[in-house]
Amino acid sequence: MLETLMLSRMQFAANISFHILFPTITIALSWFLVYFKIRFNISNDPIWMRMYRFWVKIFALTFAIGVVTGVTMSFQFGTNWPKFMETVGNIAGPLLGYEVLTAFFLEASFLGIMLFGIKRVPPFVHTMATFIVAFGTTLSAFWILALNSWMQTPQGFEMIDGVAYPTDWFAIIFNPSFPYRLTHMLVASGLTASFLIAGISAYRLLKGDNKRAPYKALKISLSAAMILTVTQVYVGDLHGLNTLEHQPQKIAAMEGVWDTKEGVPLLLFAVVDEENRQNHFEIAVPNLASLILTHDVNGEIKGLNEFKGNHPPVAPLFYAFRIMVGLGFLMLTVSWVSRIILARKKELPRWLLRVLVVMTFSGWVATLAGWYVTEIGRQPWLVTGVLTVKDAATDIASGNVLFSLIAYLIIYVLVMWAYLHTLLTMAKRAIEIEEIDDSQDEYYGPHKIAPKQSNEV
Amino acid sequence: MFDKDTLAVIYVGLMALTVLLYAILDGYDLGVGMLMPLNDDKQADIMIASIGPFWDANETWLVMAIGLLLIAFPEAHSIVFKALYIPTLVLLISLILRGIAFDFRAKAVFTHKPLWNKAFKFGSLFASLSQGYMLGQFIVGFDQSAIGIGFSLLSAVGVAIAYTLIGAAWLVMKCEGELQMRSIKWFHKAIFISGLGVLAVSVVNPLANAAVFDRWLSSPIFWSLPILCAVCFGIALFEINKMITRKSIDANDDQRCWTPFVLTTIIFILCFGGIGLSFFPYIVPGTLTIWEAVAAPQSLNFLLWGAMIVIPTIILYTIYSYKVFWGKVSPLQYY
Repeated sequence: MLETLMLSRMQFAANISFHILFPTITIALSWFLVYFKIRFNISNDPIWMRMYRFWVKIFALTFAIGVVTGVTMSFQFGTNWPKFMETVGNIAGPLLGYEVLTAFFLEASFLGIMLFGIKRVPPFVHTMATFIVAFGTTLSAFWILALNSWMQTPQGFEMIDGVAYPTDWFAIIFNPSFPYRLTHMLVASGLTASFLIAGISAYRLLKGDNKRAPYKALKISLSAAMILTVTQVYVGDLHGLNTLEHQPQKIAAMEGVWDTKEGVPLLLFAVVDEENRQNHFEIAVPNLASLILTHDVNGEIKGLNEFKGNHPPVAPLFYAFRIMVGLGFLMLTVSWVSRIILARKKELPRWLLRVLVVMTFSGWVATLAGWYVTEIGRQPWLVTGVLTVKDAATDIASGNVLFSLIAYLIIYVLVMWAYLHTLLTMAKRAIEIEEIDDSQDEYYGPHKIAPKQSNEV
Repeated sequence: MFDKDTLAVIYVGLMALTVLLYAILDGYDLGVGMLMPLNDDKQADIMIASIGPFWDANETWLVMAIGLLLIAFPEAHSIVFKALYIPTLVLLISLILRGIAFDFRAKAVFTHKPLWNKAFKFGSLFASLSQGYMLGQFIVGFDQSAIGIGFSLLSAVGVAIAYTLIGAAWLVMKCEGELQMRSIKWFHKAIFISGLGVLAVSVVNPLANAAVFDRWLSSPIFWSLPILCAVCFGIALFEINKMITRKSIDANDDQRCWTPFVLTTIIFILCFGGIGLSFFPYIVPGTLTIWEAVAAPQSLNFLLWGAMIVIPTIILYTIYSYKVFWGKVSPLQYY
């Protein structure tokens, strides 16, 4: 039984971690596409269309992987976590239902027009379709994060015979941690897409692509990253304060605080020793944790020992949090330095382009680390105070779960390899070809006849 | 607001509609996938182009159907998918493989294209087979005996052939020239086998299941279904025979190219109606009725408000999207 539980947890973690990578890109990338399209409509400068065309293909690829890996999720609830729906299905159900109804269909239906319809509909309708897809992806984030946040900080319900019944839908959706988590995730998505665009554009520049498009894309993505990194510091701080209020044990684990005390130092690094409930090799800044979390140098922070037996595992939270924050500040530094150099000298030194290439997927790492903090931080609960993970697990034979887990992992490795390989291929192809001299071939209104092109999908 | 019993009926109706739409819509694109020739890249490209703008939305109906089962009948969702754990896995892996192959075949390195074509074809095949197997298991009440599994395997093949049929019908409607001729032949072959399959199920199902037998004889609604179905098969056969014998295809000749698709759709609706009416009000045959499994009314009412506004809207913009890509298929371009 325990074995099935552990395997189910690993499988769910694998499924959702792999899935979230792709929406994290598409949520924000779709807004970049809206921006490119609107700029094109206004200026009629073909460069915007070129950028749109290059990035819409990457969007399509990423979106497709997001869709098919997401289908898995709707089956998982029943197969591996039957008690989840039996206990809180009355609340989780409608939130998931609204996600499918309002978001999935919107994005999936208008995607066809967005990707393949530019010659078949008036320009305005195509821009609208692009906007609707972007709106749909964001709406989808809204609903799923409402549910996720409700599991962290549930309210607006009553328990009758062990089953949760909704009493106030507004309170359920706008539960205490929701606005913070949603904003934090949307900004994370923006950063992930910005660094993806910057990284691939930097790669093209490094390989001698001297067209205007990658340069312009680099500039725009770095500007976006500049604003978003600063925003994220602020939003992340608010989210942390909110967590301190509602899930203090999570904060204690993130900060590695064992005993409740005042004037807590901020641990830049330490080795967490859960067995002896202490840290080794601490590198700390005195009083900083108290200052950040309570906005008072002598503020009190509750330690893990107050929540003995009822707090999440400390080490994963402690390290994942440091990875996330560390990457966040690295992204902040790199985007500001790059953008300022770009503004002054009109080009970036090669080493800085290489740094950007290395950081292409830094958003993924930071996002996953952040999710591990918040999700492992919810343990041992599945729904805080309502249902533990252990009680929700399935009774399927562990052999079956092991088999499915292995099957998923194999397919994920294959998909990831193909995805990265294809991104590289597309970037290389863009260096060699593309660049149509002027606007005539850039855009075909509904009345013009399109010249024959390759059958590229 | 509706009470629990009414909600159970409304939601099972919504779910039936969703599953039916899924079977028709993803049915044709899975069918096209299974039919895709591995030795003719040009035809493969046209076939892919014919489903390109739609497959994402088609697959969303599956998410919706599973979602509705999860939301409205959570207990049934766990019983069904715990019993079908491995077939579900096969379905999901196949759908993942197929979905990514769709994009990768065009965007990856050229030398990998044949590999992705195979992934697309066999992904489509195994997705269809596993759906058929799951349907078979559902009908026999998750019977794992040799007979139960044998029936489910037959059902797997049956559903794959049905999807091939509607896929071929889609291609007859959307394609021209050589590929259309080829699709007409595919349809011709598939309609014979599907006719036999539907006949076999219609005979076996009432014989194997006494309750179903009584129900089928009880009302004209039931026994008119097979008759209507037979009529549709007849007309479809007549139409396709006319197409298969024609020498050249010019525009005038092609005006009835939509008939196989429409007739197949009607056949799908009738067969689906037959299965649905055989088992109502059970959500898990023989074990659990919709009234026993239904979730809390306040939740379902809350979702229903949205559904009543959103579902008609979805249908409207789905129609719009089909109108935008109306007519014979042209190569897919991103711009």
